Amino acid sequence: MSTQMYKPGSYPNLPPPPGTVGFYGWIRNNLFSSISNTLLTIVSVVLVYYLIDGIIGWFLFDAVFDADSKIECRKINDGACWAVITRRVGQFVYGFYPEAERWRINISFLTMFIAFAPLLYPDLPKRKWLLWFSGIYPFFAFILINGGFFGLAKIEYSLFGGFMLTVILGVTGIVCSLPIGILLALGRQSKLTVVRTLSVCFIEFMRGVPLITLLFVASSMLNYFMPPGTNFSILVRVIIMFTFFSAAYIAEVIRGGIQAIPKGQYEAADALGMNYWQTTRFITLPQALKISIPGIMNTFIGLYKDTTLVVVIGLLDPLGIGRAALADTKWNGLSTETYLFVALFFFVSCFAMSRYSLWLENKLNTENK
Amino acid sequence: MSFLSNIWRNEKSREIIVQIFVLLCIGWFLSWLISNVDANFKALGKDISFEFLFIPAGYDINQYLIDYNNRDSHLRAGIVGLLNTGLVAVFGIILATVLGISLGIIRLSKNWLASKIAYWYIEFTRNVPILLHILLWHGIIINTLPHPRKALNLGDVTFLSNRGFYIPKPLTENGIELVYLFLVIAIIFSVLFFKYAKKKQDLTGVQYPVFWINFSVLISLPLIAFFISGMPISLEIPALKGFNFRGGMHMSPELAALTFALGIYTAAFIAEIVRAGILAVDKGQREAAESIGLKSSKVMKLVILPQARRVIIPPLTSQYLNLTKNSSLAIAIGYMDLVATLGGISLNQTGREMETMVIVMLIYLSVSLSISAFMNWYNNKVKLVGR
Repeated sequence: MSTQMYKPGSYPNLPPPPGTVGFYGWIRNNLFSSISNTLLTIVSVVLVYYLIDGIIGWFLFDAVFDADSKIECRKINDGACWAVITRRVGQFVYGFYPEAERWRINISFLTMFIAFAPLLYPDLPKRKWLLWFSGIYPFFAFILINGGFFGLAKIEYSLFGGFMLTVILGVTGIVCSLPIGILLALGRQSKLTVVRTLSVCFIEFMRGVPLITLLFVASSMLNYFMPPGTNFSILVRVIIMFTFFSAAYIAEVIRGGIQAIPKGQYEAADALGMNYWQTTRFITLPQALKISIPGIMNTFIGLYKDTTLVVVIGLLDPLGIGRAALADTKWNGLSTETYLFVALFFFVSCFAMSRYSLWLENKLNTENK
Repeated sequence: MSFLSNIWRNEKSREIIVQIFVLLCIGWFLSWLISNVDANFKALGKDISFEFLFIPAGYDINQYLIDYNNRDSHLRAGIVGLLNTGLVAVFGIILATVLGISLGIIRLSKNWLASKIAYWYIEFTRNVPILLHILLWHGIIINTLPHPRKALNLGDVTFLSNRGFYIPKPLTENGIELVYLFLVIAIIFSVLFFKYAKKKQDLTGVQYPVFWINFSVLISLPLIAFFISGMPISLEIPALKGFNFRGGMHMSPELAALTFALGIYTAAFIAEIVRAGILAVDKGQREAAESIGLKSSKVMKLVILPQARRVIIPPLTSQYLNLTKNSSLAIAIGYMDLVATLGGISLNQTGREMETMVIVMLIYLSVSLSISAFMNWYNNKVKLVGR
């Protein structure tokens, strides 16, 4: 047995032991590091296998995409019967919006992305010009969707429905609730007792009752609070309720952000001679809003998901369209397919929003890592 | 003029002026609303009165915890609804907590595959509206489970059908008092033993296997009593009679769907809360605990969890509150909760929107305000004392 001698400092770097790096190493560390871990892996693999085996087949390979009724579907194959969706896809997207006018929805939907882009991505080229468009977009979209101007036919609100209604309710609610939420949060932190009490009462009331009761109020009682003879559309009443409801939640999120700002920041602002509004504009809000982005985005996602509740007071959002389709004897009993389809739509849009929130959070994180 | 501008420049007096102005605006706004309501009510010939609460409701409720029939008053119908809300909230909270904590821990597991499965489960459930969950589960139970005659049979005692779930119902007979008595004795013993063991450990460092001793006492004492008194508990097993099952406990499709949906949906949020809470504990705490030789279960129990608990409890409570408020969506599938009874059928039958909605809102409001009060108290109690 010979011994290799090395001079100090000249010992060669040996490769790491096999099985600790690379593909096998990764598998060993992440899936089979101990007995319990191995068991967990086996259970997971079996679970995934059955899920894929059972669901993908039903979902895709055995599914029927076009048929005249549920019975026809079942004759063709025993998987999901997506015909209930494909036959009514127009209704699911546009509700009962007249078919000849649907281009108006398409244009407003596409331009919405142009309007939102400069707000969502701070370092977009030509951002200033695009911001002008964002400013006029609400009026543009209103004229286009609602009609009644420039020779565009006026469309009744009762014809609105489908995913279009979800997006209208969600986006309007989100855009309107942020400023109100900020004001409420500032009101709750105010030195003025009256302002503070009012804000607290409003916030706690809105957060304390279920949204559905507020929607009932909007649908059955709000007219009592208006001068006799006033009758404004149910869509507007619902949007008002959504806005107030999510403004209260946003206010609480932002309050958390405001409270997290160190006291020294205010003292420094005072020392510079800033007044309340200057302090709020340049010191409080930029920091508070940055901290509360995840919370605000969660509230937005919550509001967006809550738009489905309008089905209970009879508006025809995708769920309403779906239930109407299910009430048809031809499609009776296909609830799983219908609801899964709507669920998929919500999953895609909400997941995208939460990814954006993560991205923004990382981008604005200026702390040393 | 200079007097007025002095008042405006003085911070104190300006604050008072602004507040008075705000008060006047709000007062004007409220009186405007009230006068509108008054004018509208006069035009419709309505008034505000709560007497309707005491007239017979005249509708049936398919699920009740206290006796109810359609000759009972609207008030009683409302109470039945409130209890149903409580029932589904309790079931949902139990399911959500168990599922949520397990998922949160799996999400943190070192096992890549299990962690990814938990991740996608969480993302899929929480990005889909709760109403869809409820309708989906209800649809699955109603449309895909078989009729009672062909019900899924789990060991001849539990049956799943599209009319709901039927599970055995425990019936108590004479002699059950002895079992209760022994159970109480066992509980008292375990509390006292726990305290004794803790004191002993503080004084001398001797550790008893407290958990195992208490566990066996709690199980064995009632069991002994059960056999001594001649097995006074029997199970009433549901049986198919005609078109439906008789006997046993019945869980309606609505209650089952609502429980599953609320539990599964809220579990996704709870899982994230648990994960965030455990991750919020400083890494050094775990390293220090490991370096003084605690085994990993003890590290979790003695070091990580007590610190994570402080972060976890407040959002957890608000999730429970959300779950309770979300249970009001029961109306979409016809489960008779508070909103569906008092705020739904009673409202439609009596035409008293104002009164019923005020009652319903006040009930929810008082529940959530009392829970927030509890939460504030708890936060103050566990707050880190800063020096």
